[in-house]
Amino acid sequence: MNPTEASTRRQIHPPSVTASPFPYHAGSLLSADDLTLDDVSRILTRATALENMDPLVRARMLAKRRVALLFYEASTRTRTSFELAAKGLGADTTLVSSLSSSIEKGETLKDTGLTLRALGAEAIILRHNSSGAPWLLESETRLPVLNAGDGMHEHPTQALLDLRTILAHLKRGTKTLTARTLAGFTITIAGDILHSRVARSNMLLLPRLGARVLLCGPKELLPELAATAGPGIFIERDFDTALRQSQAVMMLRIQAERLAGVQLDLEEYKANYQLTGQRLAAHAPAALVMHPGPIIRGLELTAGVADGPQSVILEQVRNGVAVRMAVVERALTAGTHPGPIKGGRA
Amino acid sequence: MTAIHIRGGRLIDPAAGVDALKDILLKDGRVAEIATPGKIKQANGAEVLNAKGLIVAPGLIDIHVHLREPGQGYKETIASGTAAAAAGGFTAVAAMPNTVPVNDSPEITRWMQAPERGASIRVFPIAAATRGSKGDALNDYAALKSAGAVAVTDDGRPILKDNIMRETLTAAARVGLTVIQHAEDTRLTQGASMNAGPTAFKLGLRGMPAEAESGMVLRDIRLVTELRDARAHLHVAHTSTAAALAAVRQARRNGLRVTCEVAPHHFLLTEEHVGLYNTNAKMNPPLRSASDRDAMIAAILDGVVDAIATDHAPHAVHEKEVEFENAPNGITGLETALGLSLRWLHKEWKLPLGRVLSLLSAQPAALLGLKGRGTLTVGSFADVVIFDPKAEWTYNARHTQSKSRNTPFDGWTMQGKVRWTISEGKIAYTGA
Repeated sequence: MNPTEASTRRQIHPPSVTASPFPYHAGSLLSADDLTLDDVSRILTRATALENMDPLVRARMLAKRRVALLFYEASTRTRTSFELAAKGLGADTTLVSSLSSSIEKGETLKDTGLTLRALGAEAIILRHNSSGAPWLLESETRLPVLNAGDGMHEHPTQALLDLRTILAHLKRGTKTLTARTLAGFTITIAGDILHSRVARSNMLLLPRLGARVLLCGPKELLPELAATAGPGIFIERDFDTALRQSQAVMMLRIQAERLAGVQLDLEEYKANYQLTGQRLAAHAPAALVMHPGPIIRGLELTAGVADGPQSVILEQVRNGVAVRMAVVERALTAGTHPGPIKGGRA
Repeated sequence: MTAIHIRGGRLIDPAAGVDALKDILLKDGRVAEIATPGKIKQANGAEVLNAKGLIVAPGLIDIHVHLREPGQGYKETIASGTAAAAAGGFTAVAAMPNTVPVNDSPEITRWMQAPERGASIRVFPIAAATRGSKGDALNDYAALKSAGAVAVTDDGRPILKDNIMRETLTAAARVGLTVIQHAEDTRLTQGASMNAGPTAFKLGLRGMPAEAESGMVLRDIRLVTELRDARAHLHVAHTSTAAALAAVRQARRNGLRVTCEVAPHHFLLTEEHVGLYNTNAKMNPPLRSASDRDAMIAAILDGVVDAIATDHAPHAVHEKEVEFENAPNGITGLETALGLSLRWLHKEWKLPLGRVLSLLSAQPAALLGLKGRGTLTVGSFADVVIFDPKAEWTYNARHTQSKSRNTPFDGWTMQGKVRWTISEGKIAYTGA
């Protein structure tokens, strides 16, 4: 064989036997990719129904069911809204965080998960600093697992609440989602894409509804290959050019805790990528301004923009409770795990 | 029993240029006689192995394994690791020094070879290049060599400093030892747990760039070039990128003593096999892109690759049942190397049987200067593998001889079943 033939792609057909935890529990939500458009429609419809329900009636939906929140990372919005969502449906919740539990003593994720299951948890909401941790927890506990953010990977409920926010403004009254629902719309995600699980979940979900996603940021925080993550994703390095095409712009915080040696000139960053009132007025005077939070005023966006008339940041937070009620309800009513139970007698 | 009479098999001994039906008599740990079938006199008390329809070949040699002793017997022991090796058709393995403590002394080197370890095949220790593999002070290579070390390396803690690598190459060349480098510029791979690329981006994992490997190989080749007169021998461990292979290819054209090995997982799998955080697809160097994988196959077929080595790296189940980023690197490989090589390199990509066997025996033996091994001529060690080349079987990691079962090849179809492995005249493994 000569080297030129080497460029012919080799076909290797491994057997289907793998260590994969699939199929998941039908109530799990690990990745935005796992949801069909019908699933998303159902969740959003249910979110509205639950939101509009009499709180006393709603509190009987999951009365005394047990939901555990397992948080390995700090969180305000996600944790509180998941907790309010579960409690709003009447469920008992318990919070285990890495700083006040046996996790500090070296207990593994597997053992913590099995312990929660033995304590009667029927679903686990997991926030973890390691990408992929929810898959491990799901495969070891066989409980429905809701991914509340895993490392730099995904944050699917954020994508759902962002979608609810976008639809409320751009396509009010949409009942059933299709591959054309957001056709013709462009949504820019700007800032620290590399370290953002919010960006990854949104860039997987939005194009499936027909939206164009523009990623915008400097090379250090937005590698070229980000555009290969899926269809409908494009890179536009010039923020003003991206804004001019966009009906919504999602600003992201620079994740200082994950930078790991990336050198960044903050003044230069602000000059190129900070969302200012001037920039917004000049290039996107009607666009929605979104942010998953926490926001750093004066860095990725100015205080005036955060508090301004185009900002829907607090509306996103409010939508979080409704969407998470639907997702928690789905977790506890979606039947049993298709696979065998592991992990000893409990 | 001191004699084994192998009858009716097809002897393939690539080093000797033999591929013919032969009978073989093994006596006192050596090859005593090789003759056309029926010509060897029935020796008194000799055990007769009927090798009709089977291939008889020099025992396989894996120059890159982690046997975990001393110090990590819960992952593997020299006894369990060599039992797995024997089951895979291997009669000799070279054991890496990243043990606890690091094998940087003649004492540990001898301890690993002591009969008390219960090895079922020959173990050749590879000693640490620097004290504690810290990359600062060189060990006494002459003393290590006389204790039985066959090469030096700091393996997973590659030698980054130019001056230390230069001294290592010089000192090793002086005593005739090979320097093995795990080529990874660790300054470029901090916190990374898989290959840098679209899959890593999508999974939200930090990636190891291909340049971390190829850059180190280029640096090492530059040093070997400077030390041309010293005849330094650089061996690149577990080559995984097209760029590193290209550098090795060029170095060879320039007449340098640069050799390389490729592991089965690097010629079969790609980064996509990480799937959804499968920790049994996590190793270092990581599974690379499809074009890197294709480059491995091409280089094996066109002869640039000198050896297939498994990088057998056992880890306990509980160590791999953790978050992907926290899982240790490495997979087992001793029991699957022959079956995968025959299934893919030979059956699929038509590499002649003799070439496959040479990559697994004659060439690695020559590379480390293991005299009397990797070939079956009268007087050489009675290290033999006898296998059924036509048998197809399915690998089941639960039935492994190893203490660990961290393999991505569980459930894969293997070609060629080992019937007997004979190490220095003793049957080390009998297959079904």
